[in-house]
Amino acid sequence: MFKQANWNEPVIFDLGRNGRRGHVLPKVEEEVKNAVGVLSAVLPKNMRRTSQFRLPELSEVEVVRHFIRLSEMNYGVDSGLYPLGSCTMKYNPKINEQLASMPTMGMLHPYQDESTVQGILEILYRLERWLAEITGTHEVCLHPSAGAHGEFLGTLLMRAYHKFNGKSEKRSEVIIPDSAHGTNPASAAMAGFNVVVVPSDDEGCVSLGALKAAVSERTAGLMLTNPNTLGIFERNIDEIARIIHEAGGLLYYDGANLNPILGKARPGDMGFDIVHMNIHKTFSTPHGGGGPGAGPVGVSEELAKFLPVPRIVFDGACYRLDYDSPHSIGKIRSFYGNTAVLLKAYAYILSLGFEGLKEAAEVSALNANYLMKKLRGIKGLTLPYDCEKPRKHECVFSAKPLKNETSVSALNIAKRLLDYGLHAPTIYFPLIVEEALMIEPTETFEKEELDRFAEAVRKTCEEAYRNPEMVLKAPHNTAISRLDEVKTSHPRTMALSWRMYLKKSK
Amino acid sequence: MKTLDGHNHPYIPNSQPEIKKEMMREIGIKNIDELYADIPEKYRLKKPLNLPEALSEFEVKRQIETLLSKNKTNSDMPTFLGAGCWPHYVPAVVKEIVQRSEFLTAYTPYQPEISQGMLQALFEYQSMICELTGMDVANSSVYDWASALGEAARMATRITGRSEVLIPRIIHRERAATLQVYGESAGIKIQQLAYNEESGQINLEDLKSKISDRTAAVYIENPHYLGFIETQVDEIAKEAHAHGALFIVGVDPTSLGILKPPGEYDADIVIGEAQPLGNATNFGGPLLGMFACRDDMNLIRQMPGRIIGLTTTIDGSKQGFCMALQTREQHIRREKATSNICSNEALCAVASAVYMALLGPQGIRELGETIMYKANYAMRLLSEIEGVKTPIFKSAHFKEFTVNFDSAGKSVKEVHKKLLQNRIHGGKDISKEFPELGETAVYCVTEVHSKEEIERLAEVLKKVLGGR
Repeated sequence: MFKQANWNEPVIFDLGRNGRRGHVLPKVEEEVKNAVGVLSAVLPKNMRRTSQFRLPELSEVEVVRHFIRLSEMNYGVDSGLYPLGSCTMKYNPKINEQLASMPTMGMLHPYQDESTVQGILEILYRLERWLAEITGTHEVCLHPSAGAHGEFLGTLLMRAYHKFNGKSEKRSEVIIPDSAHGTNPASAAMAGFNVVVVPSDDEGCVSLGALKAAVSERTAGLMLTNPNTLGIFERNIDEIARIIHEAGGLLYYDGANLNPILGKARPGDMGFDIVHMNIHKTFSTPHGGGGPGAGPVGVSEELAKFLPVPRIVFDGACYRLDYDSPHSIGKIRSFYGNTAVLLKAYAYILSLGFEGLKEAAEVSALNANYLMKKLRGIKGLTLPYDCEKPRKHECVFSAKPLKNETSVSALNIAKRLLDYGLHAPTIYFPLIVEEALMIEPTETFEKEELDRFAEAVRKTCEEAYRNPEMVLKAPHNTAISRLDEVKTSHPRTMALSWRMYLKKSK
Repeated sequence: MKTLDGHNHPYIPNSQPEIKKEMMREIGIKNIDELYADIPEKYRLKKPLNLPEALSEFEVKRQIETLLSKNKTNSDMPTFLGAGCWPHYVPAVVKEIVQRSEFLTAYTPYQPEISQGMLQALFEYQSMICELTGMDVANSSVYDWASALGEAARMATRITGRSEVLIPRIIHRERAATLQVYGESAGIKIQQLAYNEESGQINLEDLKSKISDRTAAVYIENPHYLGFIETQVDEIAKEAHAHGALFIVGVDPTSLGILKPPGEYDADIVIGEAQPLGNATNFGGPLLGMFACRDDMNLIRQMPGRIIGLTTTIDGSKQGFCMALQTREQHIRREKATSNICSNEALCAVASAVYMALLGPQGIRELGETIMYKANYAMRLLSEIEGVKTPIFKSAHFKEFTVNFDSAGKSVKEVHKKLLQNRIHGGKDISKEFPELGETAVYCVTEVHSKEEIERLAEVLKKVLGGR
């Protein structure tokens, strides 16, 4: 069975020796020193650092060893199946990493004269056009640093639109289905909106009756994920768009689940006015254990004038950064976006082409439906909502029966799957499914790996009936056993830095 | 996929027609489109996307390399740009570690037992940022300094229940613009503090006249945007706290080996840009927003972003790491979360942790000294040129400084154009940002600028300003 490395690696502050160093800086020439004089005379006395600070003191060798050992106690897509629902953990092509680390990318400064950055501007300009084509939107802004940042921009655009129409005071509500990602309500609230939640119907889709009852002259817009977090396509999208638009609201597309409809259908065609994309999901850039990602936003023609500055423009000969946009909302970060990440997305789209993107979409749906089929009928699990309905990129099972019968919960299943050398699905989400296991295999994994996963789930459920104690204590084969997560959040035991830990352990 | 001619795409193993058939048989469908039957007919895309055809790996590489070769970098032309994104050397070890695929290809560590490596590395990053800044708690990153400022201002208004934030007049345009946007939707009113015309320092009289019991926070930057060091930190902190406002300080962490850390002058929240610690400039992204605060539950509970904590296994036998205080976050608290942020800049934070570990306390001190020596050397050389005034403000400067061409009667634009013709890239033109400072640019010099490059800059500048 799988066994993860366990190095018992000390916290870095407990390694090394006084005076040891891992890197030598270029020398300051004597002439420079002589010309400037002693720094203590240049630096105001009250602003000099006199205190010691406790950074580790290690040789280069030890630094490398420490972090290599840590990396061996981590699991990535390159290690195996990573079926986190709504996270689209697909393969991150190696060539893209090579290209993004070229000096002609890495060493560029954002304020360089435009004549010296024509290459990267051309790449970004083309990428904007391609993403607009893929989403069926008019214009795309590459600035947002992550999906949630894109959502924040999207909800700010809603504000700007209603303000432009003189209705910002009135349009105070954003409607969000109960199956939505947590970022949706958080983003809407950040942009100053009140959140109105609409329930899902028996089929796991937005309840039209509830939506009709929720809209009013206060509606600023609706945030919708389609296919939704159950992997089900919102079949009434036509009607939903009509209800929102007739009420004077805007339709926002959460692009976390864009992957299965690439080249198959486009949010813009369905009436969405604002669309965000997760570059680190759909467009294969690595998630890096929590970023950097990128969350471009596409909009309809009517909303383009509100996008952040600068916009990349092409005058037929040269690419330029244009700050002249009187209706722009302004800026949501410095510079132009996570460019090095966006370059990888450009390479990905080139590697797949229009046919390959569609192929990726179809195989992601094929894989999800295949897994759904393989997992159905496993004792202890149910498939909520219409079992015969195809899912798109993901499927959501419930472990409620298993929990009732064995006390083994979705959490315990997740932990036990780690023992099989697999990553766990997303659990307890969407909130409308009890004991949810949300599974998104993506197009990346071959049938054999999918079979291995299905088999591991089946075995885990069998173990739950046979030997629940063992499953409850899982994981057994990871670098560490179950952690006390409560301790880190209790003021008495909370240790959020090494100095805080030392202070409390005295 | 026609172009594949019956084979699979290298990234999509199951795109092999035989396998697809096998899997479809298992599902009980004959055609993949049956999986899309619930998409209304009128929304099903009838024609292919207007995108290029797939290229082979070699062709992709060649195309992108060709495009990128149109760019020029500081190896073609010494470049003196900073202003929020700074060129520093990234040691080979840093690049090696962040390319480890177990880090690179992992998601957010939702399952801590199988993600200890990433969690520990992030905890170490947080801890090292605390050491540098003199604070107790740091999160595992926000997007960049600008959004960190927006989040910090919102955090301060949540804590104090007040809505005014005071910021310096001399501030990066992009940070001020971002703060404006983050603040507006939270009803935050931003006021700028005048500066002392001689020294550039915060005008304390202006601070005293603008601060009140409506002030949620006073924000300063050290060094200031234009490179000089603010020395009235104790007075500003005292003033802020006397009015019940929080004191927020923005820093360039490369200065903290030699500059007094904000934790030692009573800052409540410290933000800044940690990109210079081990991350390339990358045309301005990704960056790495720092965010730290004091050990005070009122602050910690309102902090945005992921925070990693040290804990033990349930049986208490071993130390380990997991995400802490998740009840502040969007996936649990939804619209009541302290921020919507989830994906941040984790891998850049790991790069910074590796960088700080390599340099150690001595290296970080030397980094600060090296930068300050070289920047001050450049300032000295340029100040000897007729037609150049540098720096504008009589204060100590760290790695950036203002260069003014008014007495030469030339605009920054024309001077920089000539520099570029001589294969030197000047600093950032700030004549539009701060019209009152005339034809001024802000130049940046770090450890990557050699003495020869600095001297060449001075020589060419002399020629450009004097010659006709």
